Amino acid sequence: MATATASMNNNKSVLWDWLTTVDHKKLAVLYLIAGTLFFVKAGVMALFMRIQLMSAENDFLTGQTFNEFITMHGTIMLFLAATPLIFAFMNFVIPLQIGARDVAFPFVNALGFWIFFFGGLLVSVSWFFGGAPDAGWTAYVPLSSGEYADLGLDFYVLGLQISGIGTLVSAINFIVTIINMRAPGMTMMRMPLFCWTGLVTSILIVFAFTPLAAGLALLMLDRIFGGQFFVPDSGGNAVLWQHIFWIFGHPEVYILVLPAFGIISEVIPAFSKKRLFGYTAMVFATLIIAFLSFMVWVHHMFTVGIGPITNSVFAIATMAIGIPTGIKIFNWLFTMWGGKLTFNTAMLCASSFVPTFVLGGVTGVMLAMVPIDYLYHDTYFVVAHFHYIVVGGIVLGLLAGTYYWYPKMFGHKLNEKLGILMFWLFYIGFHLTFFIQHILGLIGMPRRVFTYLDGQGMETMNLVSTIGAFLMGAGVVVLVINIVYSAFTSERVAVRDPWDARTLEWSTTTPVPEYNFAQTPQVRSLDPWFYEKIHGDGLMKSAEPMDEIHMPNGSILPFMIGLGLFIWGFGMIMLNMENPIMPPAIVIGVGFVVTFGSMLVRSIKEDHGYHIPLDKVKKIEKEVS
Amino acid sequence: MSDSVDVSKGLPSNPEKATLEGKNKFLGFWVFLGGETIMFATFFGTFLGLKEGTAAGPTADELFSLPLVFIMTMLLLTSSLTSVLAMFSMKKNNFKNMMILTAITVVLGLGFLGFEIYEFYEYLHHGLGYTTSAFASSFYTLVGLHGAHVVFGLSWFITLMIRYSRTGGITLTNAPKFYLASLYWHFIDVVWVFIFTVVYLMSIGGA
Amino acid sequence: MSDELSKPFTESSLSKEELMKMNRERRVQIITFAFMIFLTVLAFIAVGMEMIEPSFAIPFILLLAVVQFVLQLFYFMHLKDKDHQWPNAFMLTGIVVATPAVIALVLLLGVTKY
Repeated sequence: MATATASMNNNKSVLWDWLTTVDHKKLAVLYLIAGTLFFVKAGVMALFMRIQLMSAENDFLTGQTFNEFITMHGTIMLFLAATPLIFAFMNFVIPLQIGARDVAFPFVNALGFWIFFFGGLLVSVSWFFGGAPDAGWTAYVPLSSGEYADLGLDFYVLGLQISGIGTLVSAINFIVTIINMRAPGMTMMRMPLFCWTGLVTSILIVFAFTPLAAGLALLMLDRIFGGQFFVPDSGGNAVLWQHIFWIFGHPEVYILVLPAFGIISEVIPAFSKKRLFGYTAMVFATLIIAFLSFMVWVHHMFTVGIGPITNSVFAIATMAIGIPTGIKIFNWLFTMWGGKLTFNTAMLCASSFVPTFVLGGVTGVMLAMVPIDYLYHDTYFVVAHFHYIVVGGIVLGLLAGTYYWYPKMFGHKLNEKLGILMFWLFYIGFHLTFFIQHILGLIGMPRRVFTYLDGQGMETMNLVSTIGAFLMGAGVVVLVINIVYSAFTSERVAVRDPWDARTLEWSTTTPVPEYNFAQTPQVRSLDPWFYEKIHGDGLMKSAEPMDEIHMPNGSILPFMIGLGLFIWGFGMIMLNMENPIMPPAIVIGVGFVVTFGSMLVRSIKEDHGYHIPLDKVKKIEKEVS
Repeated sequence: MSDSVDVSKGLPSNPEKATLEGKNKFLGFWVFLGGETIMFATFFGTFLGLKEGTAAGPTADELFSLPLVFIMTMLLLTSSLTSVLAMFSMKKNNFKNMMILTAITVVLGLGFLGFEIYEFYEYLHHGLGYTTSAFASSFYTLVGLHGAHVVFGLSWFITLMIRYSRTGGITLTNAPKFYLASLYWHFIDVVWVFIFTVVYLMSIGGA
Repeated sequence: MSDELSKPFTESSLSKEELMKMNRERRVQIITFAFMIFLTVLAFIAVGMEMIEPSFAIPFILLLAVVQFVLQLFYFMHLKDKDHQWPNAFMLTGIVVATPAVIALVLLLGVTKY
């Protein structure tokens, strides 16, 4: 009976296959596509905002639209673009790097994607129902309360709540995968740094997205059900929201940047032909950063007026983060020091990440000093600071990862000439856009304003910033052209390891078969693939004889649960609409039934997966090698 | 990898963790509980921060009655014990005992839920609506969220009992499911320990 | 193998020693339960009798709650057993992160300045 299900597998339509897939490699591609779409969408919003700010008293956008754009730009970039792009790489690479056939819960993996996707969709459809949220991505009360904000905020609250659930279950899945599914010999201290940062990021998600869920629930209860949490007249407190938001919000920054650190720590050794300098120190620096990230959130609230002792404590804790980050910076430099460097696109992105990130870190420590923060608070200096972290850190890391892992994911390399063109356009554009914003902030331009007056000395610098933004945009366009161009012209990568790299994912055949490893590899060292190339016969030793392989069945239920939550969330929002087309209770009911019905089906039907028979495994292995 | 379970001598001694799938579920669920801790902590913090904000509405020590909370606590604590005993029966491959003990857990949980609904109903009649004050909102949200967990836990138990009454025995697939449901139930009890201490006793004793 | 995953067992693989150990553990659990009931009653008495100063009663019942919390986790949820290092790590992380968060939400709302 096991073989019967296996053969059934082959005659599914392509669409059905992608909707029901539980394969981590396919889900990685789905994450990549969804993340890129959201990234482009939020990027275009940024361009519109830069056009508006290009000259003084410009009227390209109205203040209201500008507010909607800043909110959606921040929200989408952090929750719906950076997070899924990071998850794309984590999904694809982590199981391969630890020598696993799949993640611990393939079903939950798919569930995480679809819930995230429908949550993102719910935030996005707000444009069609009276406008997007407009209270900034931090949604401070009372700006985001029912009194001042329209329906858009309800989409923000419920959309993020839903996509947060998706992110949370994916994170749990990654944690269990990394802890339980490692190949024999792959001890924790032999794991590649990308796995370590992936693990730490997932842990941060588990402990940061849960307070966010609580906070969003409070805001929802206030807005839809008349709760009084943030209403001072009824005994509520507006600072409460800021605390809850930043208890989540500060770790969120590290959730995004740690995997970027991981990517850099993979790319730099690979193209320096050297093992990562100070591996152990890197691991512990990651852990320390993770711990400190939960202890510093009040530095976003220095000017609220909580009190001098509190501010001092959190200022010192914040500055302490500079120490483990410094360890990382020096380790990357020492990895490159004396190495045989190859400067292709991936390495250009990775190595230029280092100085850019230092700049962002330095301004971060400046902002951590309370008296100075009183001056900088809510100016363009802050905008420049966090864009140096987010674009100069995370996006460069993601670009490096894209060029590095692309041949493994899609079977061909990206064009190098276009890649280098993209890098320089993007890199110069980035510094042009954001470096000058430091100075703009210092001369007093406040953030989140949609226009400024003539004759205050801000016109030229804003124009330069806008030009830079368009160069960055051009860089992204070149990347898209590159993807299409390479798909048609690039030759197939037939070897396992096109970069002569070090870690286990390069020991798999290209393209990677659906079961990843026909035989689970035996790991003998840090950088196991490199070790076997030098000390072994150039192939991984296997830890088990070749046998039939157990695989999970695909399922449409993750999609259904995501859809159910979307309907449910939409029904909740309808409670706040003035003239809903149908009674909200019906929509909520339908969403509830679809969601819990699908969960019930999943719970009641025992699904043990199927086995790929031995002769088929042998056949596939012969084909690919 | 699940293929390597030795089943020749009968049910393995820790059936919930015998298969890789069981091990994964076990760990994953603990991670989830770790996250739940923070979520509840946030709601506890909200309650503690806002509990003075009664805004001319009824206050805590006007409303809360110790005997009712005491009965509810006893019900939930006892259900935690029966759930533990059910897990011992599971490990001994005594399916019938496990089902009976789980059923008792469910009955005790339902009793708890009944009292909670009665309690909310009473408070509503004393003028503590959800929108009355920040204290009211945070109280109903915290205790209500715990109640929602109870409802979910009970539905979980009941689903499992109905689903596996036909199978008539403990298998390597249903053992992790029963075990996780039991862990969840204990966690609900842990949260209640803090609720009766922080919400009820501290509000009454700290006046 | 797939069939075996859904097949009930006729017997248990527990040896005599394992069975005895399990019964012993069961007894410990019941004693723990009795102790928890005792702690609960104590907490209710400390507040209900209205004889003890709140400045003592509040820390006292909080301490009792923490003890019960630990008992529940370590005994009822088996955190004391081996193979529970990772669950311990995650619960501990949860507590470490939750503590400053709760303190901040109670104290740092800007009502009193610290």
